[in-house]
Amino acid sequence: MISFTPSDEQQLVIDTVRRFASEQLRPLAHDADELRSTPPEVLTRGWELGLFHSAIPEAHGGIADAQAALTGALAIEELAAGDAVLGWHVLLPATFAVPLAHAGSAAQRERWLAPLLEGDYTPLSAALIEPAWDFDPTAPRTVAIADGEEYVLDGLKGYVARAADAAALLVYARLADSLAAFVVPRDSAGVTVLAREQHMGLRALPTYQVRFEGVRLPADARLPGAVAPLLDRSRVALAASAVGVARGAYEYARAYALQREAFGRPIAQNQSIAFMLAEMAIEIDATRLLAWEAAWRLDRGLPATREAALAAQYADEMVLTVTDRAVQILGGHGYIREYPVERWLREARGFPTFLGLAIV
Amino acid sequence: MIDFEMPTPVSRQVQFIGMLGEQVMRPRARYYDDHEGERPAEYTSLIWQTVRAQGGRNFSADSSERLDRDGRPRPRIGYLMLAHMVEALSWGDAGMYLATPGAGLGGAAVDATGTPEQKERFLKRFGEGDPKWSAMAMTEPHAGSDTAAIRTRARLSDDGREWILDGEKIFVTSGAMAARDSAGFVVVWATLDPGAGRAAIKPFVVEAGTDGMLVTKLEHKHGIRASDTAAIVFQNCRIPRENLLGSEEIGDGRGSTGKGFAGAMRTFDATRPLVAASAIGIARASLEFTIAYLQQRGVAIRYDVPLHRQTAIERDLRQMEAQHRAAWLLVLRAVTAMDAGRDNALEASMSKVKAGQVATFIAQKAVELLGPEGYSCTLLLEKWMRDARINDIYEGTGQINRLIVARRLLGYSSRELR
Repeated sequence: MISFTPSDEQQLVIDTVRRFASEQLRPLAHDADELRSTPPEVLTRGWELGLFHSAIPEAHGGIADAQAALTGALAIEELAAGDAVLGWHVLLPATFAVPLAHAGSAAQRERWLAPLLEGDYTPLSAALIEPAWDFDPTAPRTVAIADGEEYVLDGLKGYVARAADAAALLVYARLADSLAAFVVPRDSAGVTVLAREQHMGLRALPTYQVRFEGVRLPADARLPGAVAPLLDRSRVALAASAVGVARGAYEYARAYALQREAFGRPIAQNQSIAFMLAEMAIEIDATRLLAWEAAWRLDRGLPATREAALAAQYADEMVLTVTDRAVQILGGHGYIREYPVERWLREARGFPTFLGLAIV
Repeated sequence: MIDFEMPTPVSRQVQFIGMLGEQVMRPRARYYDDHEGERPAEYTSLIWQTVRAQGGRNFSADSSERLDRDGRPRPRIGYLMLAHMVEALSWGDAGMYLATPGAGLGGAAVDATGTPEQKERFLKRFGEGDPKWSAMAMTEPHAGSDTAAIRTRARLSDDGREWILDGEKIFVTSGAMAARDSAGFVVVWATLDPGAGRAAIKPFVVEAGTDGMLVTKLEHKHGIRASDTAAIVFQNCRIPRENLLGSEEIGDGRGSTGKGFAGAMRTFDATRPLVAASAIGIARASLEFTIAYLQQRGVAIRYDVPLHRQTAIERDLRQMEAQHRAAWLLVLRAVTAMDAGRDNALEASMSKVKAGQVATFIAQKAVELLGPEGYSCTLLLEKWMRDARINDIYEGTGQINRLIVARRLLGYSSRELR
């Protein structure tokens, strides 16, 4: 029966993560962006929230319930409302482990999942995006070729978070005509971590280009399950993240407009400002509902590629518009780095390129 | 729990109305668009059987309590059902949907503001006999969104037994059918004292055919032409004193029972998502038609390709689909809040803003995508584009609804944010 009310458990997740995001992430976000680093303590504290564990099904040692993707979307929105980049950094191991939970073999889960669930924050991540304007996640240029009992991997990846110190990467590659994913220990022969990348945003999370040259992998490095649906999970996570970023920007601009006076009254009393805020709020809510519906389909095991793609593309545009308007509402202050809104605009522009950096 | 599962009765109803739309409404949609002012009798006679069987309460939510097998109350789905019906009928033809006989908008005003005696006297007719309409007359030539500025006067006759109405109302939906062409009535909003603002504005029921009430004009409209839109002049129009709905007293405009002007305004919280639903019905019609038309001509529509590989048509269609779905989900959120008995003024106006805009965007885009075919009257797309446009205008323009949303979000009164 149709309902837009989170369960009591989900509301608890929302409240807990919201507190963490506003008390821990937001105050750190400015310096993390300027200094291009995340304080390790925040990753430890974030890990303790147990969000990672909520994404892993009980059968594999986690505590996920029947609405894991939805709960994940709710949590990611809250993290992103504090700071998306720090939030993704907190959840980074999920980009390695959630695919293993859904498409991995028992041996792969045994080897990688169990220690993660019992241990501390460990930098493990995924390599999906490639540094090319025409990158297509369903047909990457990175290829794996079967060679006897082994696979040989060749290609160049970008946006690989924590590649410098991650023990292993989940590498997406084309195998024959379909998409496959492989667990690749970073110290494998032929893996070269190149220079750290510099982006307009996404600065608190260290990302690297990584070259794979004739990397030989055993047959059991490949995830046996379907890989394409994992992209839908990432699209939903990004749509929810976009909602969080946009909400942060909207709330900031709203508070500013209520307090900033011009011509003897708060600027929010001008329709030009008030209408912008109304439209921002409507678009944020609309996008959230799209993301929720796609997540709900994932949880139900229904086909979700269409819904996830529509939600993500809609969210990409929405978050850009909303953060851009927040900059406008703050006027000159919006352009100054002391205020967070220009940072949000920088993050927002990157959303169409962020596939794979978060997952539900 | 967040859930997107539709209750079975709702899906069944949508399916049924879809057949009605395909077999009765669509085949005649072009004719009534070309013959503005003619009653779409095939549809109205057919739907009247259903409306009459339900006691004439078309488009009012079923709020009765039902129990499940274990004796627990089932969640109410009255407004959810209603939104789906309106959406599905508008998918068939929005103009005909607006011309649906029954208690309608005037009946809603009687429901919201009338005494039990008045409800019995005015609403009983919709459960018997021939098709009847009621209408709501609020807008005047100089007063649209600013309803408090209306000038139509109501004064008591010397013997105190009758109200005498004088003034002019325009843009009365189904006005001709309610005032002239059926045994219906018009709910006329008039002021007892033009200096007293909203508090003095009261609803009066004027029976069809009353002397002094004259339909002076039928508007020629951009779209929704199957529905008549009338101008009605009241000249020394005398009605029984008992036809004033609610209290005669000029209070603070709220009234102790919340049934005064402000109470009637609150009925907009219920009707706005329904207007939004109607908009979505037209949007869905345009979208489905466009996709089917293109697919039949070999145009692929893929969802798993990145931006740079999408064709311009795919990119447009994805945007249309996402906009459509987003707006519809906002409507569903507004009606489920209504069913749950929560204040939904914010959600209602949000859905109206979004759907009003989206319907026009989609219908205009659909015409564009199909080029000369889209622009041609051989298809219904150009008509749907014209039909869609009203939804950002009536029942509160997009701007009025943005004001309502903004006031809520900013915590401003109507004085602080004008």
